[in-house]
Amino acid sequence: MINTKNITKKFGKLTALDNVSVTFSKGECIALLGPNGCGKTTLIKTLLGMVVPDSGSIYFNNELIAGKWMYRSRIGYMPQIGRYPENMTIANVIDMMKDIRKESNEKPDEELVNAFGLKNLMQKKMRTLSGGTTQKVSAALAFMFHPDVLILDEPTAGLDPLLSEKLKQKIIREKENGKLILITSHILSELDNLVTEVFYMQEGKLLFHKKLSALKEETGEIKLSKAIAKIMTAQELV
Amino acid sequence: MKKILKYVIVDIAQNKIVLIYTLLLLVISLTVFNLEDNAAKGMLSLLNIVLIIVPLICIIFSTIYIYNSSEFIELLVSQPVKRRTIWLSIFSGLASSLSLAFFIGAGIPVLLFEFSATGITMIVTGILLSIIFVAIALLASVKTRDKAKGIGVAILLWLYFSIIFDGLVLFILFQFSDYPVEKFMIGVSALNPIDLARVLIILKMDVSVMLGYTGAVFQDFFGNQWGIIISGIILTAWAAFPLMLSLRRFNRKDL
Repeated sequence: MINTKNITKKFGKLTALDNVSVTFSKGECIALLGPNGCGKTTLIKTLLGMVVPDSGSIYFNNELIAGKWMYRSRIGYMPQIGRYPENMTIANVIDMMKDIRKESNEKPDEELVNAFGLKNLMQKKMRTLSGGTTQKVSAALAFMFHPDVLILDEPTAGLDPLLSEKLKQKIIREKENGKLILITSHILSELDNLVTEVFYMQEGKLLFHKKLSALKEETGEIKLSKAIAKIMTAQELV
Repeated sequence: MKKILKYVIVDIAQNKIVLIYTLLLLVISLTVFNLEDNAAKGMLSLLNIVLIIVPLICIIFSTIYIYNSSEFIELLVSQPVKRRTIWLSIFSGLASSLSLAFFIGAGIPVLLFEFSATGITMIVTGILLSIIFVAIALLASVKTRDKAKGIGVAILLWLYFSIIFDGLVLFILFQFSDYPVEKFMIGVSALNPIDLARVLIILKMDVSVMLGYTGAVFQDFFGNQWGIIISGIILTAWAAFPLMLSLRRFNRKDL
């Protein structure tokens, strides 16, 4: 569903993405892993067209995305740090997004708005919100317009355990609906029963791309966190 | 386009600065017309104030507004909206609200006290200047990521166009006073929209004493009619060119 071919992006001297070629296919739930600053967020932002790669090409449903914008109506994006116009209330932001994104007669999916209790906070201005509440708004917006692809950048960071469990259940339901889900997270234990594939990046390069089952088999571990730890230590030895 | 423009305009309207700017212009123009017994004299005083204030407010307000909208821009860029639409909506929102402020604040008093071709030229030029300095602000802010630096650049640009440029022109004139530099000076005056606006209005007013050096050469070279048409075209280019450059830059910008 999404392909990238040899994308490279440099920020000054730093190479954030180094010749990355990946294929994300429909119905998978993919974990993008790697140490801090390895280029995960940059990769996500290039998929969304927020960052323009220096070279290489990106395809969405076999169509080149450079300069295109309509394809983004099929993506729900939850940023790592959501930034919203400070003077708007939650209701303003949600109404604006509905105004911009409503295309069909499909009813917006407000399940998360209700589950997160955002209804009581609707009149609060964005600048007064805590980090966690901002995350709730980001999550609710990402799922609202029935996207085929969900891109979640550190979705559970800042959410309390109860809410992050609700979010996880929602992700699982969407996965079962056959959507492509891309997640980056540092909390590997959370990803265990979610993901089907693992992408591991380091210093802007794609280190490996494996099915979760294959990864577990190779390392002989049941837990994702242990499997990754094993691979990382093996890398260091080399 | 319409949808995004609506949000930009509502946002600018909620910000009281444009309203205060309108009132400020209104107070200035009413005072000026009431102080002078002759409306033509009032026009001249108003012209000099407008040529300083309009560019200053337009460039500073627009620059700060764009930096403050960074969240709005970031939010929209990840949505199914063309970048071009986002940028042009911000431009149109700023340009239309500041032009409207100028029209209400200075345009209506001018129409009341001096309803003539000169008055109308002044209003049109003031609106053009507003649009030009919004476009320049867009270019300055898209090129610099740092807010303090961007606002600094905007202030320097205003200083350059309002004060430094005239100094440079005088300097060149004195240095080369023995040579025939008239035609060269025409070219030079096109490099500054404020200068050009002044020439345009004064050509219309027909007060040759006020023309200044570039103005005198302009009138001599083109005659009134052509001078006005050509300076109008150049002023339009001054708005279109920075806008196009900033749009190109914004289309490739990383957010």
